[in-house]
Amino acid sequence: MRVSAPLSLTALAATGLLLAGCAAPVDSEQPTEPAADGAFTLYSGRDEELVQPLIDQFEAETGIEVEVRYGNTAELGALLLEEGDATPADVFLSQDAGALGALSQAGLFTTLPADVTDAVPAGFTSTDGSWVGVTGRARVVVFDGERLTADQLPDDIDDYVDPEWNGRVGVAPSNASFQSFVTALRVLDGEDDAAEWVSALAGNSPQIFEGNSAILTAVDEGVLEVGLINHYYWYGLAAEAGEENMRAQLKFLEAGDAGSIVNVTGAGILNGAATDADALEFVRYLVSLEAQTYFVEQTFEYPLLPGVDAPAGLPSLESLINPELDLSDLDDLATTQQLLADAGLI
Amino acid sequence: MTVAPERARPTTAGVPDARTAPAASSRAGGRGRPPLGLLAAALVAAAAAAIPLVYLLVRATESGLATIITTLSRGRVLEYAANSLGLAAATTATALVLGTAVAFVLTRMRVPFARTWLLISALPLAVPSYLAGYGWLVVIPGLNGFVPSWLLLTAVTVPYVTLPVAAALRGASGDLEGVARTLGRGPMRAFLVATWPSVRPAAIAGSLLVALYALSDFGLVAMMRFPTLTWGINAAYSASFDRAQAATLALLLVVLALVVVAGERAARRQLPRAAARAVAPRTVGRGMLLSMLPVVAVAPLIGVGVPLLGLLSRLLEAATLREIDVPRLLEAVGSTVGVAVAAALLAVLLALPIAALAARYRGRLVTAIESVGYLGHALPGIVVGLSLVFFSLAVVPALYQSIAVLVFAYAVLFMPKAIGTMRAGLGDVPPRLVSVARTLGMSPLQAWWRVTVPLALPSVGIGALLVAIATMKELPATLLLRPTGVQTLATELWNRTVVFEFGAAAPYAALLVLVAAVPAVILSGVRSSAKEEL
Repeated sequence: MRVSAPLSLTALAATGLLLAGCAAPVDSEQPTEPAADGAFTLYSGRDEELVQPLIDQFEAETGIEVEVRYGNTAELGALLLEEGDATPADVFLSQDAGALGALSQAGLFTTLPADVTDAVPAGFTSTDGSWVGVTGRARVVVFDGERLTADQLPDDIDDYVDPEWNGRVGVAPSNASFQSFVTALRVLDGEDDAAEWVSALAGNSPQIFEGNSAILTAVDEGVLEVGLINHYYWYGLAAEAGEENMRAQLKFLEAGDAGSIVNVTGAGILNGAATDADALEFVRYLVSLEAQTYFVEQTFEYPLLPGVDAPAGLPSLESLINPELDLSDLDDLATTQQLLADAGLI
Repeated sequence: MTVAPERARPTTAGVPDARTAPAASSRAGGRGRPPLGLLAAALVAAAAAAIPLVYLLVRATESGLATIITTLSRGRVLEYAANSLGLAAATTATALVLGTAVAFVLTRMRVPFARTWLLISALPLAVPSYLAGYGWLVVIPGLNGFVPSWLLLTAVTVPYVTLPVAAALRGASGDLEGVARTLGRGPMRAFLVATWPSVRPAAIAGSLLVALYALSDFGLVAMMRFPTLTWGINAAYSASFDRAQAATLALLLVVLALVVVAGERAARRQLPRAAARAVAPRTVGRGMLLSMLPVVAVAPLIGVGVPLLGLLSRLLEAATLREIDVPRLLEAVGSTVGVAVAAALLAVLLALPIAALAARYRGRLVTAIESVGYLGHALPGIVVGLSLVFFSLAVVPALYQSIAVLVFAYAVLFMPKAIGTMRAGLGDVPPRLVSVARTLGMSPLQAWWRVTVPLALPSVGIGALLVAIATMKELPATLLLRPTGVQTLATELWNRTVVFEFGAAAPYAALLVLVAAVPAVILSGVRSSAKEEL
């Protein structure tokens, strides 16, 4: 039997309609959460090895049970957008500010109380109280310590697109933290300068990578001279391989340079948990002295709570802070992506 | 070429092909109306496989046509698409040639430890592509671009061709080849004329899996820094959380996959299958043997040996060697095996009606159903994962983040691995046997159960094993859909490598390969073709 084309198309369309029909939002009455039932669900875009000890500590101290779902920040961000209000998550702990911004824009976060958001300096948290910055991560230049010394490297990100560096610099243009840096470049130096920098980079045969750790590994293996990454990746690898074995070395750019901006990781409470005291207690805990010290010691990130010292060996956070830049200025990702696309980088 | 191989005219799509060779007539469907029950079951299975497609259409169109056009005309999208297609084409061609050669050596030549060699040649299936990429980067840090992506993808996918072709060769008509040789054809020509037609369906079905795998792979191309569409899709999710843009790129990937599926269907139809007669392996000279064995060893060496060595060296280098948490490791093994078995069963159940329909009937509806059945395999896991999030929250919210939805997602992703082999297996069952059964008074269902099912069972087994292996290695959909707290070997491995704990990751990687090797080993021993039983 030959089934006619229209019939088969109709069948497919019917299938589609059936599924789409099923997909219509189910009218669900929102059950009000009990104020505190001693448990909540956390989606963690930070890795289990790094975060679980802190959570164990929190559970032991408060008796609150935390059910944690670990994943990659990007995937969990996409998951939360897909789940919308139906999410089982109460708190999202994100590896970067970009994911928090996207969820905040989608209206998924409830507003945090002022005592939580005020715990960290204004530049490192959301402007509308939808999420709070937890730790800072600096953009750095990573270089091959066997071929170069720190003083051979420019202090200004503009110089890294000079012909002298042709083919020698590794970047991850599709990565969120690179795009945040380009956005900062636009905010600090103006659109024209940023466009010029991006096209100079594109014309300088950059080595394109998928993410920060791939760049770091390549530098550490001696197959790439210079790369742009976040500082704590280096500490992660050094903890595994031994600091003395690291071929890759870090260079911090001049204070105030867009190449050295400090981005943050952070946390927000989902709408459905707006009245969940347990969830709030956890977020409050993240910006407490105890948790901040933990992050400094275990993940080598910058503490955001005033008075907690930065990890040993790192320049102080104050020396990196750019007074002209507010992290919430970095939300115009679309223009940055257009810029990168026009230059053929993504 | 003076003598063209006996080649049937390519048939027009949808028109039944009336040929007289027994095996050919068994495939020349389109004679009857498909039973309504079968059609309905196949439609249900196709609807399940279409969930990602519906999801992508919803997400891509919600932002409007203008955005879709902007996305598609953006900087490097065309380059990404060309890269995807080029990589898939090159990988498929190489896997087809290499896989057929390996299968030929192992079934037609008297090779010492032939069984062991076949088993070894199945092992690359057990290695996740990201692990292969990682292992090679440890050994040769500078690797990047098209060539390493192509060679590594070939190495890890070549068993998809080797295994079915070896099984088909063991049942193919070697005597015809002998006749061709005595008529003065060279070995290559004799093979092409006499043997190739009978293994071609198996080879092509395997090639399809290779092509779809290459299109959907992300782990390896990311490691090798070769930007394909999956790279673009991933970047859209991770940098901008732009689901519309990601969906548009994924739809482009779907289009490429449909082109591949259509190409496979066209290739599959061109030649009739020859009559079957088993043939014994021939003794060949030592020199010949020594020159052939490297051909057999190359894929296991590239796909398994070097990556595992690389991983091992990292394990030894690691300054921080943690104690292995044995209970946790065992728990991960348990859940990995559990979901893999469940996924294999469900995928086979869903693939069965589609395969049965495609084996016996033709027509546009059948074509559409079969094509939709292959979709999941062409999409990156994150897309299928998100589509199941969307679907389960809308339709069965109570089951969200349950094992049931996770297993269902695996079945959608890997159903295609079962469709092809099962279609070939079912198609091999001579309709005459079924007719005889019918004249003996059996109902169609009885005849199917008593005659077709037992004969096609090996091919069902192959499909199930392929699904089980793929499930064990799957990562992105698992991360999204698993019940909170459930860990598989793949997620545990991921957990450690993202924080550079290669020392802690190594046992999980080794166990993952070991566990996935079990079905791979079984697979190397399964006789795929019902013909062998006759």
